[in-house]
Amino acid sequence: MMSFMGNQPHNEAVGYSFSQPTYVPNKEHSFYPYTDNGGSTLGITGADFAILAGDTRSVAGYNINSRYAPKVFKIGGDDDTGEGAHILLSVVGFAADGQALKERLDAVVKMYKYQHGKSMSVRACAQRLSTILYQKRFFPYYVHAILAGLDEEGKGALYSYDPVGSYEREQCRAAGSAASLIMPFLDNQVNFKNQYIPGSGDGHALEPKKPEPLPRETVEQLVRDAFTSAVERHIEVGDGLQMIVITQNGIEEIYTPLKKD
Amino acid sequence: MTGFDFSNYNRNAALHAKGVPLPKATSTGTTIVGCIFDNGVVIAADTRATSGPIVADKNCEKLHYISPKIWCAGAGTAADTEFTTALISSNVELHSLSTGRDPRVITCMTMLKQHLFRYQGHIGAYLVVAGVDPTGTGLYTVHAHGSTDKLPYVTMGSGSLAAMSVFESMWKANLNREGAVALCAEAIKAGIFNDLGSGSNVDVCVIENDKPTQLLRNYIKPNERGEKERNYRFPRGTTAYLNQKVITKEDMRKYVTVEEVSGDPNLMEVDS
Amino acid sequence: MNHYPEIWGRPRDDIYGPYNSSYLQTTGPKTYTQSPAVTGTSVIAVKFNGGVAIVADNLASYGSLARFTDVKRLRVFSDSAVIGFSGDVSDMQYIHRLLGSIDIRENYSTHGNMLNAKNLHTYLSKVLYKRRSEFNPLWNHLLVAGFDEDKNPFLSSADLLGTTYSAPHLATGFGAHLAIPILRRLFPEEKPLEEITKEHAEAALRECLKVLWYRDARSLDKYSMAVITAEGIELKEDQVIGAQSWAFAESIKGYGAQIN
Repeated sequence: MMSFMGNQPHNEAVGYSFSQPTYVPNKEHSFYPYTDNGGSTLGITGADFAILAGDTRSVAGYNINSRYAPKVFKIGGDDDTGEGAHILLSVVGFAADGQALKERLDAVVKMYKYQHGKSMSVRACAQRLSTILYQKRFFPYYVHAILAGLDEEGKGALYSYDPVGSYEREQCRAAGSAASLIMPFLDNQVNFKNQYIPGSGDGHALEPKKPEPLPRETVEQLVRDAFTSAVERHIEVGDGLQMIVITQNGIEEIYTPLKKD
Repeated sequence: MTGFDFSNYNRNAALHAKGVPLPKATSTGTTIVGCIFDNGVVIAADTRATSGPIVADKNCEKLHYISPKIWCAGAGTAADTEFTTALISSNVELHSLSTGRDPRVITCMTMLKQHLFRYQGHIGAYLVVAGVDPTGTGLYTVHAHGSTDKLPYVTMGSGSLAAMSVFESMWKANLNREGAVALCAEAIKAGIFNDLGSGSNVDVCVIENDKPTQLLRNYIKPNERGEKERNYRFPRGTTAYLNQKVITKEDMRKYVTVEEVSGDPNLMEVDS
Repeated sequence: MNHYPEIWGRPRDDIYGPYNSSYLQTTGPKTYTQSPAVTGTSVIAVKFNGGVAIVADNLASYGSLARFTDVKRLRVFSDSAVIGFSGDVSDMQYIHRLLGSIDIRENYSTHGNMLNAKNLHTYLSKVLYKRRSEFNPLWNHLLVAGFDEDKNPFLSSADLLGTTYSAPHLATGFGAHLAIPILRRLFPEEKPLEEITKEHAEAALRECLKVLWYRDARSLDKYSMAVITAEGIELKEDQVIGAQSWAFAESIKGYGAQIN
């Protein structure tokens, strides 16, 4: 959409860093209602499961707020234990908005069950989350959300969102500060992008390697490798890895320590 | 012509006014410290270099040589600390040659502050200067704008508060070598684990009276990477190509000297 | 969060660039006071075996002026929780009033005041989040200490944006830079809470206050300390930081070549 305006930056007020601004900035900065709490999340689906993972570090500037601040939540379950939940949600970005969003979706899923006498499907919940986000189109929840669960056929389902509600069902998605580091790795290792079957042809006849649902063990290894690598190269990612797996048999949570520097 | 080249200044100013961003410099968002002990001085640094939130170098060297008994720990813009210390190191050596005496820490500190003051903070070098000379032990901090400080223990960089909290709660007068090294390492560790701009390993440099200077590179390595769980070696032929041209070893020999290397040539080089 | 309360909640220049104030106009939509005036600096707290200890100094600054030197920034709530306030003092007093009316209302209810520290933290963080969403923030960063419903020690933080997080040790303002490294060194996260005694915790907090007194220009050597255990809350409001060490000062002469 921005390309219609050409590449010319429309912000004329870009100051030149070496020179003093022409006006005297004697007014106060106005209140800014957002902050970035860092961290990264990642979701991958398989044939009969979905995994949502996130690091547990909460960041403010160059400080670590907490080494254990979970970003992945069970939706629609008991408030304290999460028992009975059948949907997972991860939120990364501005933590206060993430918390508020999670609580709203949790209330919606619970109300649905009370009113209809059955659990909300992941598809319906995904659509509802989109609506919730878009309702705040002009004062957005500053988060990148990922929703996961099992679809009507029992297959792993994963939906990813932008802050204002645009969403899509995907096989895998990385979000947050290290998303640009993790996503290319996922494209290559989950969807086999840029991988071809050796000796299958010359030039354009070379056959791409076909993506297929990965076994759970492999996905867990990929998630851990993605995070240990992101920790190496992104300062806001670290401390711990929280991984929640949803299968037909229920929800399982796995914690792995990460580097703390 | 000596000094900096400003010939692109006007062009860059015009580009920037049009909205072209300045190139991002690698900064050593850093923890560096220094501490005096009974027979000398020790300085220490972490080894992380960052470019914004990305780690540019996991094991860089922030301890710079000035002269055999004067060393410098640098924070701020990586290139500025590198070149400023190299320039002053060179001038200190020339000065020592022309006077025929060992270089003094205060000489080095004065040269640094005068150089940095001249550039009004545009050279983003924040330094800890330490060493021993015929007049005794010296430990100074030099800020990018040219101000200096002289204290028995100093910290600098984004992790300076974390490191200072260690000194302020554990420092005692009349430390010995072991005590000072341990204290500095602890201060750097506080920076590594509490400041996101600092990380990886601890480098230490001990400068002692009547003893050769010791650079203890990677004195502590508290952040070693664990084993990866999967093997990411691709089968040969995985990458697409449109056409190929085979140059035989015999053809190559016309242009270069070919040396046989040991090991399996079919294996791609992947770190462990 | 950094150690300048007047900067909290404002866009960071290093991320968003310097603010273009030409867009700020005196006419336009309704605006609220959006900067703190009289402020309190750090609050520090740590969990120990069987409770939580929390401290804050007794200073309220007016910019760089040490304006009020006997301001109590720890607030006891109904024998179950202590709230430590940093940031704007008038907003602190407003929250004080909110808490007072809740306390009265709860005490008139059938079961009496059954709110624990966790409930209180949830309430306060929602108040703060609501106010930031109305663009009318309460300019505070608070720590809530006490017990949760299972009688486990509880410690959590909430700031003017409604951001919440908890850890075994927390600090606001300058304390986040200077006290947290000390507390993480003395009580590493992996060390079980059972090994930390009340005396250890108190001594560590005093050490932190001393370092802050050395290095935070907006701090005071007079402070309050509250210790919350199953036995109740022990609040001391007239403590003084003692035994400061100025040993380092002996050798210092000038900033360079001065000898005398």
